Amino acid sequence: MIEAHELTKFYDDFLAVESVSMHVPAGEVLALLGPNGAGKTTTVRMLTSILAPTSGWARIAGYDVVKQPALVRAHVGVLTEQHGLYERMKAVEYLDFFGEVYRLKPEIRKKRSYELMERFGLTFALGKQLGEYSKGMKQKLALVRAMLHDPPVLLLDEPTSAMDPQSAKLVRDAIVELQQDERTFLITTHNLNEAQALANRIAIIRRGRIIASGDFDELARRFVGDPRMELRVRGELNGLAKDISDMVSVEESGSNWLRYTVADPNSTNPALIQRVIGLGIEIVTLAPMTQSLEDIYLQVVKEDEAQKGDPDEHLR
Amino acid sequence: MSTYAKPLEFTPEAPKSTLRTTLSNALIITRREMRDSFRDWRIIAPIVILTFLFPFLAQFVAGRFAAFVEGYGAAVIGTRTVPFLLMIVGFFPISISLVIALETFVGEKERRSLEPLLSTPLTNTELYIGKTLAAMLPPLISSYGGMIVYLLFLVLGDLAWRPPWALVVQIMLLTTVQALVMVTGAVVVSSQTTSTRAANLLASFIIIPMTLLIQGESAIMFLAPDAESPNGIGALWAIIGGMVVVVILLLRVGNGLFNREELLGRTLDKLNIRGTFRKIWRSIRAIDDKGTPAVNLVDWYRHGVRRSLQHLGLAVPVTIAVFVAAFMGGYLVGQLPEWQLHLPQNLPLQGVAGELNIYTGFFFGTNPALAIFSQNARILLGASLLAMFTFGTAALILTPAVYVVLGYILSQVIAAGYSPAFMIPAILTHGIVEIPVIVLATAAALHLGAVITRPPSGSTVGQSWTTALGDLIKIGLGIIVPGLLVAAFIEAYITPVVLRAALGG
Repeated sequence: MIEAHELTKFYDDFLAVESVSMHVPAGEVLALLGPNGAGKTTTVRMLTSILAPTSGWARIAGYDVVKQPALVRAHVGVLTEQHGLYERMKAVEYLDFFGEVYRLKPEIRKKRSYELMERFGLTFALGKQLGEYSKGMKQKLALVRAMLHDPPVLLLDEPTSAMDPQSAKLVRDAIVELQQDERTFLITTHNLNEAQALANRIAIIRRGRIIASGDFDELARRFVGDPRMELRVRGELNGLAKDISDMVSVEESGSNWLRYTVADPNSTNPALIQRVIGLGIEIVTLAPMTQSLEDIYLQVVKEDEAQKGDPDEHLR
Repeated sequence: MSTYAKPLEFTPEAPKSTLRTTLSNALIITRREMRDSFRDWRIIAPIVILTFLFPFLAQFVAGRFAAFVEGYGAAVIGTRTVPFLLMIVGFFPISISLVIALETFVGEKERRSLEPLLSTPLTNTELYIGKTLAAMLPPLISSYGGMIVYLLFLVLGDLAWRPPWALVVQIMLLTTVQALVMVTGAVVVSSQTTSTRAANLLASFIIIPMTLLIQGESAIMFLAPDAESPNGIGALWAIIGGMVVVVILLLRVGNGLFNREELLGRTLDKLNIRGTFRKIWRSIRAIDDKGTPAVNLVDWYRHGVRRSLQHLGLAVPVTIAVFVAAFMGGYLVGQLPEWQLHLPQNLPLQGVAGELNIYTGFFFGTNPALAIFSQNARILLGASLLAMFTFGTAALILTPAVYVVLGYILSQVIAAGYSPAFMIPAILTHGIVEIPVIVLATAAALHLGAVITRPPSGSTVGQSWTTALGDLIKIGLGIIVPGLLVAAFIEAYITPVVLRAALGG
């Protein structure tokens, strides 16, 4: 649904995006992570046919971003970083305007507007001027606008950044629901928890290049190592660390606990549990130690920095 | 049922873009913008005042003023003040179009509401037309309304003025084209700035020429000998014609600039002069479109200059056509009885041949080759500089002017009964080098001015202008300067010899 191959964008001499490739099939969510100025917005603008790539190609819903820009834009819903609403308009007028731009019939745009406003808990504000909306309400309305024409691909820039937890959950639920309806998402965000919760795949972009991509487990394994587990037992370990050292790699231990890394927890852990029980030791808990996307992100950036040096050098 | 239960079915082919769909889509934008404008009391209040109150005051002043000057036997001043005030009544409301245009384009950029609009399937042209109409229509309606109010008071009031209708039509047309010039100019300014402050500052480039124009029009309305002609004032028709050309060019520039790439990427807020010079220098050295620098002079000539000549494209045939038309135009003008010089007939041309050195010395001094070169170079340099600010048109007016004169002289020589054959060695001996060089220089200047009205696909206006300037300099250094030097040498030292031989002197 979203395909990009070696997308590159120069602004005069400045290389903003370099050889970005991605493939996001229908029903998947790709989270594009990266610091400010990394090239996220330029990538999104190229994918929406707002900016022409200097080289490379991309297709959205099967349409070429250079050759079929109008069709690309008709099939994509965009939530921009700045919502840019017309503050003197009422929500109902605003959505009607965008519905007309997308050539939706009057009855359809009215129906869609109402349904989506209801979905995001905004029906009470349909007749309000947008200047009176709170920041979170504006963001939700911008999201409604992006979804109004029911696009198969949604490109969302920081979709929940200004929202309270309840509204953010509404949006996340909506994304999950849409995903089940085979919609494709590209989300750029600084909220790593959100990205971890929503995304099937994650791409980290820095200095215009994608420096790491994959699903969470792949990235975790690659950048922060194998999954870590913590085993707690009743009483003393009694040399347990040595007894299981052929199965896992024990990293540290205490009087009644030990932590280990394991390449394939799904097959190794059941066997390990059996062995521990066989040794007559009672297990209290066996739990994975949290590997967060933040750990991965920081590690990826650290490795890239070590490899390439000062990012500002690149900009000069 | 889920809100998103069923994905829409998608159109397999792109919707066909027709004039009707373009206008229909543009009007969606226009309607929204106008509704937005009419919700702002800061726009409504001046429009209402300028439509109703100001025309009322103006007709009152016109009536009193006409009566006052008539008392001193200067009725003509009163007669000419009345249509002058009509123009002023029409102009004030359209000056608001500039404010609305700057607000519509840059304001939206500044408030970041442009990007959601750019993400829709609307084409650049639809957005451009929609916004231009939105900026123009309210002030124009107010302007026409104000003029109608003013005319009604004068026609039906004490003054019982009977306006020369051609003049009223002229003023209405002038008002319309002035509004168009301001709005299209504002689009050009707006597309290159990111803040209303910067746009307002740059708007002085629109306001100053418009102010000068209004002053000129005022003077014409008072002083023109045909001020009361039933066909209107000739000079005003000429201004309307000229303004229509400017509007067409500005519309092309605006349409070229009003694209997503320019709107989101370019800014004139900070001028990077050093960077611009660096790009021009790179363009001069380049041997291809990627900017690869030439390794040596031969490489530069063979690939760089050749590539620049290829860039000129249509400018070369257009220039040739204009030169031929200029020559033929001069010849045809010379055929008109009122333009004939009636040269003396049957003069012995051998005598003229003997005096050629005297004429050459009189016109070109002691160093004729340098003087001829300098003369040609100054004309071409001036035409190139003016072409930059006139979308290339100045290049097509200044340089072919000489060929109008040549055509005219030829017609007079023939009319006086001389054989035109002697003109061939007089012109072609050096012209064989000079004419192609001048055509190339004119075409390069035309290309430089015109490229901003339609940048090549994939290039921004800035990039294409920089490349065109690089091309002009490259062709200038590689062909024009050496060519002019050679032509000047031939004209100074060889042409007189050939001409003398041809005339039998």
